[in-house]
Amino acid sequence: MTTFLNFLIIALTLIGIVQIVRIIEIAAKLKGPQEKITTDQDNRYNALAMLIVGLGFTVFVAYSFKLWGHLILPDPVSLHGQGIKKLWDTTMILILVTFFITQTLLFVFAYKYRGRKGNKALFQTHNNKLELLWTSVPAFILTGLILFGLSTWNKTMVPDTTNAKVVEVYAQQFYWTARYAGDDNELGKAHYTLIGGINTLGVDERDSLSHDDVIVREIHLVKDQQVLMKFRSQDVIHSAYLPHFNVQMNCVPGMSTQFAFTPTKTTKEMRSDPEMIERMKFINEARAKKGKDPVEFDYVLLCNKICGAAHYNMQIKVIVETQEEFDSWISQQDNFKTLVSTQ
Amino acid sequence: MSDHNEHHHEETFITKYIFSQDHKMIAKQFLITAMVMGVIAILMSVFFRMQLAWPAEGYPILEKFLGKWAPDGVMDPNIYLALVTIHGTIMVFFVLTGGLSGTFFNLLIPLQIGARDMASGFLNMLSYWFFFVSSVVMVISLFVTSGPAAAGWTIYPPLSALPQAMPGSGLGMTLWLISMTLFIVSALLGGLNYIVTILNLRTKGMSMKRMPLTMWAFLVTAILGVLSFPVLLSASLLLVFDRSFGTAFYLSDIMIQGEILTQTGGSPVLFQHLFWFLGHPEVYIVLLPALGITSEVVSTSARKPIFGYRAMVGSILAIGFLSFIVWGHHMFMTGMNPFLGSVFTFTTLLIAIPSAVKVFNYLTTLWKGNIQFTPAMLFSIGLVSTFISGGLTGLILGDSALDINVHDTYFVVAHFHIVMGLSAIFGMFAGIYHWFPKMYGKMMNKNLGYVHFWITFISAYGVFYPMHFIGLAGVPRRYYSNTAFPMFDGLVEINELVTVFAITGAIAQIFFFFNFFYSIYRGKNAPQNPWRSNTLEWTTPTHDRIHGNWPGEIPSVHRWAYDYSKPGAEEDFISQIVPLKEGEEEH
Repeated sequence: MTTFLNFLIIALTLIGIVQIVRIIEIAAKLKGPQEKITTDQDNRYNALAMLIVGLGFTVFVAYSFKLWGHLILPDPVSLHGQGIKKLWDTTMILILVTFFITQTLLFVFAYKYRGRKGNKALFQTHNNKLELLWTSVPAFILTGLILFGLSTWNKTMVPDTTNAKVVEVYAQQFYWTARYAGDDNELGKAHYTLIGGINTLGVDERDSLSHDDVIVREIHLVKDQQVLMKFRSQDVIHSAYLPHFNVQMNCVPGMSTQFAFTPTKTTKEMRSDPEMIERMKFINEARAKKGKDPVEFDYVLLCNKICGAAHYNMQIKVIVETQEEFDSWISQQDNFKTLVSTQ
Repeated sequence: MSDHNEHHHEETFITKYIFSQDHKMIAKQFLITAMVMGVIAILMSVFFRMQLAWPAEGYPILEKFLGKWAPDGVMDPNIYLALVTIHGTIMVFFVLTGGLSGTFFNLLIPLQIGARDMASGFLNMLSYWFFFVSSVVMVISLFVTSGPAAAGWTIYPPLSALPQAMPGSGLGMTLWLISMTLFIVSALLGGLNYIVTILNLRTKGMSMKRMPLTMWAFLVTAILGVLSFPVLLSASLLLVFDRSFGTAFYLSDIMIQGEILTQTGGSPVLFQHLFWFLGHPEVYIVLLPALGITSEVVSTSARKPIFGYRAMVGSILAIGFLSFIVWGHHMFMTGMNPFLGSVFTFTTLLIAIPSAVKVFNYLTTLWKGNIQFTPAMLFSIGLVSTFISGGLTGLILGDSALDINVHDTYFVVAHFHIVMGLSAIFGMFAGIYHWFPKMYGKMMNKNLGYVHFWITFISAYGVFYPMHFIGLAGVPRRYYSNTAFPMFDGLVEINELVTVFAITGAIAQIFFFFNFFYSIYRGKNAPQNPWRSNTLEWTTPTHDRIHGNWPGEIPSVHRWAYDYSKPGAEEDFISQIVPLKEGEEEH
């Protein structure tokens, strides 16, 4: 029955369109032949629509930051992230100014210079001065932007890591595992052929550096302590994405990649941040509508490279805490040697 | 058709409509095939948008279309990934490359440069039939038991190389690779033909400096295709070897589903380099033809010469050249050497300069024009708007430091859909509305065109503008659902909004399809030169379309294509075949 009704609706719509077109055509025939490409009336209506819709959209873009601004991630809570934020703000100002000027010109020109009977356009083929100006101004601005961008990129990607704590983040369909380097701050060797049983990361028992490694299913980071994250993958490409910290790096099988950064706010501090409380209120209201329990804020590391069916749920909790809290947590974990010997 | 011509070309139904070597017929074949593929891809996008807005709510329509992949109307994660993969593949390759280039290059190159046909009609016919078979294989791949390819349209190995990694990497991926190989052969046959034709078969007086900008854009596009598609072909072949013959070009140190693979020494990142060496020029293979069409339509409809013809040609060449040295910006997060990242940031941001020049030139062309709002013109103005909006966010994604936090999120989805998807499809619509009279000798209905444009334009921004915010909230692309993370729970409403616009936009296309097919049969007869345009294609017979284009001699060309509203002329346009008056300057 529903199928029949659907067909009926589609058929009626089509017939409706056919009839409208016929009416338009008959009406056009009655008016007599048209010489112009479009009538003045067409031009007037479409030009007006250009002005309303085009400028409407341009104005909406300005308003949208008020409407949806709270959806944007909070300011990055990492040292390098603060540098990126400056570059971001500069770029955004540049983009928005250009956007408003060019879109406004486009739609205003479209409206103002709409075709009218008897009008003639200006015959103007080029203007070298003007063209030189609008080639060199963007070139000049971009040079600045490129230099700013490159210096930020280098500060982010090539930092001094002599005092960094090493953590390995290991990816596989569809889990993350973390391995802490232990007191020696050096990870034991690992190889994919050694994976088996309890040794899910293929860590080499014979390498003494591995003995104090700690393997966990939760990432704990220390506030203001630089961490050097090293990434490996077991099967396909994954990508470790820590949106709150402005950190992302692919995990590629057969390759070792890394990213060093310094978190600047603990999970507790985030939870008591007034802005975050507002955000969580909004999120929990939305959750309540779906019948889900309220949650507290947590950092997260999620997979950002398509990796298979459960890609959308490949995550690991990240906790930023003080050195004392971290020490007491890590002391409760078994190290690799204990883990293997209890097997 | 006149008796005289029939005598020379005894054409049967098969040689005229199926294995035709007439570029005008081949253009139509490309267009119709691309339209069929386009409908499939639009439908897919509606399905996965429904999943994103209302996950876990069963829809009988999904079960009807997806069968066992959507039990009780709730789609399976694997089919979600397959839908986004095939949607991307079809849109990028079959609609915006095969469809856009195949249709307009074939239709316009001989007509606008004054040639009887392409350099090789036979290769041209082969090009279409490779494209057709490629499309058929791609559609067949939708029906295999293990599902179509699902590793994303970029098919990164090892995910795409290992059937153990996901069901879509089984037979579906094999068919995807076969289809793509056929597609590349088609693109190369077409590309060589386009280049040779433009360089060698221009009529008397049609110097390179007098070519319409469409021809310049098409020429550069064809060169990009011929230089970059072979690289994708080799990348695909190596992937076939890895999948089927145990080689290790892209595989190393892998354990999957408890099985330790023997391949070592390969690099998944190698594939990405090869893929994006095509993949980035491909963006411009999609975009440049649209910009070429727009240049023609904007100038004709504003009744004004295109502003800065030389600068326009220069920026097409600059964009074409730069597009070959920016591919690494797709790979900032692969762990490449940071210095390499710096180089790619530098080259990428440089593209903003020729792009800005093009935008300013379009704006100045409109300034003090006498704008005729044909549907083609509306879509062209729409293109300029989306080209600006999408191009500007490229400044963020091309800047490696800023890319870190938006890489692979919905921000990227928003960016490339606006700058490449919308701009190119708007250009394609502009081309169809503008040259429909040339293709079918009939006019499309203007008012349906207006309705089509306005709903499409509003829905297009409605879909892709809010996606920037979804991306800035940190949502990765290719997520089957956002429900697994509390931090994304506040995005329900904005996702619903996007889906509502997506469905509206999809429905709006009915106006176009109806208008198109209705007008072929019932449209008003087209006048000789409906848009009062200067270019050569409007000097061929409108109703007795013949293989060979001009019944007598090919006219020779005496001026550029943009003498609109020239002072001293009686009308506001002067065809390229009109000789210069005594004392008249060329422009």
